Amino acid sequence: MSVEEELLKAKKEKDSLTKQRLLQIIKTIYDQFATEQIPQLLIPTRTKSNIAFNEESEVWVYGERESARSCKTVRGAYSLLKSSYTIEFLNKQLEENRSSTLRELYYISEGWKLAKFREQPESDRMIEDLEIITELQRENFHVRPEENGATIFGPIRIKENVERRGQVSERVIHCIDDVGEGGYQIPYNVDNLDFVEHDAKFIIAIETGGMRDRLIENGFDTDYDAIIVHLKGQPARSTRRLLKRMNERLKLPVVVFTDGDPWSYRIFASVAYGSIKSAHMSEYMATPAAQFIGVRPSDIVNYDLPTDKLSDQDVRALQSELTDPRFCTDFWKDEINLQLELKKKSEQQAFASRGLDYVTDVYLPERLTSLGII
Amino acid sequence: MAENIAEKLAQKQREISIAEFFEKNRHILGFDSSTRSLITSVKEAVDNALDACEESGVLPDILIEIHKVDKDNYRVIVEDNGPGIVKEQIPRVFGKLLYGSRFHALKQSRGQQGIGISAVVLYAQLTSGRPTAVYSKTGKNKEAHYYELVINTKTNEPEILMEKIVPWDRPHGTRIEVEMEGTYVRARKQSIYGYAKSTAIVNPHARLTLVEPTGDTQVFERVTEVLPVEPCEILPHPEGIELGTLIKMLRYTERRRLTSFLTNEFARIGHKTAKEICAKAGVDPDVNPSDLSRDQAKRLLEAFKTVKIIAPSTECLSPITEELIRKGLEKEYDVDFIATTTRDASVHTGNPFIVEAGIAYGGSLPKEEKTDLLRFANRVPLLYQQGGCASTHAVEKINWRNYELLQPGGSGIPQGPVVILTHVASTNVPFTSESKEAIADIPEIVDEIELAVRDVARGLKNYLAKQKVLAKRKEKEEIIERVLPKLAEKVSEVMGGPQPDIQPIVAKIMGNVLVQKTTEQSDNTSIVTIRIKNFSESQKEFKLHQVSAAEIEDPTPKPRVSSFDGQFDNIWKVSIKPNAEKKVRYTVKSEQSPGANPLVEGILAEMVTGADALPKKRASE
Repeated sequence: MSVEEELLKAKKEKDSLTKQRLLQIIKTIYDQFATEQIPQLLIPTRTKSNIAFNEESEVWVYGERESARSCKTVRGAYSLLKSSYTIEFLNKQLEENRSSTLRELYYISEGWKLAKFREQPESDRMIEDLEIITELQRENFHVRPEENGATIFGPIRIKENVERRGQVSERVIHCIDDVGEGGYQIPYNVDNLDFVEHDAKFIIAIETGGMRDRLIENGFDTDYDAIIVHLKGQPARSTRRLLKRMNERLKLPVVVFTDGDPWSYRIFASVAYGSIKSAHMSEYMATPAAQFIGVRPSDIVNYDLPTDKLSDQDVRALQSELTDPRFCTDFWKDEINLQLELKKKSEQQAFASRGLDYVTDVYLPERLTSLGII
Repeated sequence: MAENIAEKLAQKQREISIAEFFEKNRHILGFDSSTRSLITSVKEAVDNALDACEESGVLPDILIEIHKVDKDNYRVIVEDNGPGIVKEQIPRVFGKLLYGSRFHALKQSRGQQGIGISAVVLYAQLTSGRPTAVYSKTGKNKEAHYYELVINTKTNEPEILMEKIVPWDRPHGTRIEVEMEGTYVRARKQSIYGYAKSTAIVNPHARLTLVEPTGDTQVFERVTEVLPVEPCEILPHPEGIELGTLIKMLRYTERRRLTSFLTNEFARIGHKTAKEICAKAGVDPDVNPSDLSRDQAKRLLEAFKTVKIIAPSTECLSPITEELIRKGLEKEYDVDFIATTTRDASVHTGNPFIVEAGIAYGGSLPKEEKTDLLRFANRVPLLYQQGGCASTHAVEKINWRNYELLQPGGSGIPQGPVVILTHVASTNVPFTSESKEAIADIPEIVDEIELAVRDVARGLKNYLAKQKVLAKRKEKEEIIERVLPKLAEKVSEVMGGPQPDIQPIVAKIMGNVLVQKTTEQSDNTSIVTIRIKNFSESQKEFKLHQVSAAEIEDPTPKPRVSSFDGQFDNIWKVSIKPNAEKKVRYTVKSEQSPGANPLVEGILAEMVTGADALPKKRASE
């Protein structure tokens, strides 16, 4: 058998397993009708009170608690109805070997009348529910996210397997020499990537585009042999998966550089520990070895940064983090309490108040040294 | 030396002009801001207009116009269809402070002191420098008089600038036009619009037409043609009298004997009670009242308190009534529920009073704001000083969470789509200040308001509880009628299997008794099974009917059979515990249809899934 045939066979097997698991959900409901039980599906409760630390994989995953989507309530009944329509659609899609985006799925439901999704976050959540129940990933359902435009830039050569109209081809790309200033755009299925070679010592993941551009303009990547990953806010799954793969395969340390506010700490948490919304994928996407560079509340004091006042929402978010098990470490408790005391927050780009080179010449080297990276 | 000082002081002592008095006291008269001054002016004029119309038995038809004259000045016009004012009185009614007909009367009325409208005239001339114009006509065949006047601030006497007879198409009525400094606002309760709306609610017999500076005209139409019962004047009740008033009454009475004074000048004192009072006070009952010393008067007052005197008559009060408060709220608010109450009359310090309350809920009222509190005293809306008013305090005392409303922090004004209305009617409403915006915290009044508001709140609570049950039932109906059938259809379509019977699940969700009939073909007979399962939480007893065209065979258990019109009614008595299941079986010849659906008797149709309840008529046979 040729390689292509083998690939095809593996794909077919995976698809048939996916169909089987999806149809099992429908069978569960069907059997409940037959045995006169009020139809319901059990799904792990997706809140911060139900995430647990997995010692083995060192990431946060869902705990034991389950909630029922039951026909006893209107919401539950609609949720089951929408599940059944969604599964019917996915099943057909798998049979026809086609795929769709999350957004397309939302629009497809237009024709489902009662089972129509009210907004895209609702259909996105439905796909996540199905991932959790089937213990598969949305890629297995042939559902992909919209491209979110996150990029990498740095001394690494990547091989991408491109499949179009049934033709498979390979492209090798160097993420400095072969790309423009914008960098290499991370595709949605990063498991199709191979790492060919690299000269990097570490990976730095950055929240905002402005700071990413600053590092590139200042030549930080070549000066420090760094791969610069732009997170673009709360990072997409593919970005987190890529960070994890580079960390594991290339044994490169990962550091995360964000703004100094509660929302940015959550960005770091989802990279390092796993997010609450997709804790079922934590083992696949979280990078427990990732370290937080800053901006730390103590940096606001130590580097005398320009600040903004914390809003009421910021304060609530910080307080909520104090009860979030992922932040239950001495480091985070001290920093969050300090910030609540200061009542202030700072952005990454606040370092510009010391000159455009300060962040690359002073701050980052100092922090990277103290973290033992350089 | 002392004389010197007295002389020096005498040089400084002089009469204070009423203009100065006004300047110093404008806040207590309701003229402390430019917004409020405009509202107060309208309010004083409209109060007078309503009082005048009601006294003369005319359904009030009142026009309020506000025109912008220049940057700071507005022209306020209030016109009524009341009895008019006789020519000689016009200048003094409008041009002299503290001139009025109601100050001495113990009677429920809107205005009392006679400060109101003349204060408006004074404020107008002080701020705009312009005189007030008055039109008045007392009857169809009478002439309409027109005056332009100001108040002489030195003498407190009217000064007439122009006086003439003018043509006026109204059969009778009064019109006042004043120009004054002011600010016109609209988008809140404390506004002329808010005042007009509130006034329209508690005066459902009045038509108010408001023309705003923008030219927009809003008509608050009347919803009843019946005038409120005219309140009557009463004599003072001894319980509330003060020493000074008593001494004054003693001095100026025309009665020659004390007992006759007591029985004729006070309410609720008969001859026997008068004697008893005199004895208690140790005063000769036959003495001339004007000869009583201050000390004797004081003893008399003491005696009033110890002798049992029946409460004052309450006939003199004119409540709005439950029905008209409802109509008033209905016409000005779009709501789902209204409760109203009029309490029995009560007494505070010798003054009779009645408290009424109303509550309106839902509809287009804002859901997340603080409840709107509409306070009224003698049918006049109280717009300012909400925090200092007995009505507010009574509402705040109530634990609204007991009445299914939100109350952040567990105290204070509740939150939600609610309007609460309170009305205190009395011959003497005790206000906290002259501007009459807040009722004083007299314990008897606060208690009565609280009881009235609790009364309507109970009505709201019952309504909300019923709504909750209905909502739950509706929710369940949505599940069983819309979602479940679709779900069953979709899962069987995907599975490629037969569609499951959803009735058992419906019965389970509703907590009903399930009656499920199935038929099995076997050779030339059909085996019929009627399955009964009780998904409710209580034991159920009822009769199960199965009508058949022929006699059924081998039934277990055996039914009672009655035949009619050539048909057979097979009846089983069923007694079934919660979660228990029973079966009825029988066979019929295949050529015969298995019969219609079974029927139940002696149980509510809503409690059964899968069988209809027998119509009442048949059941009684």
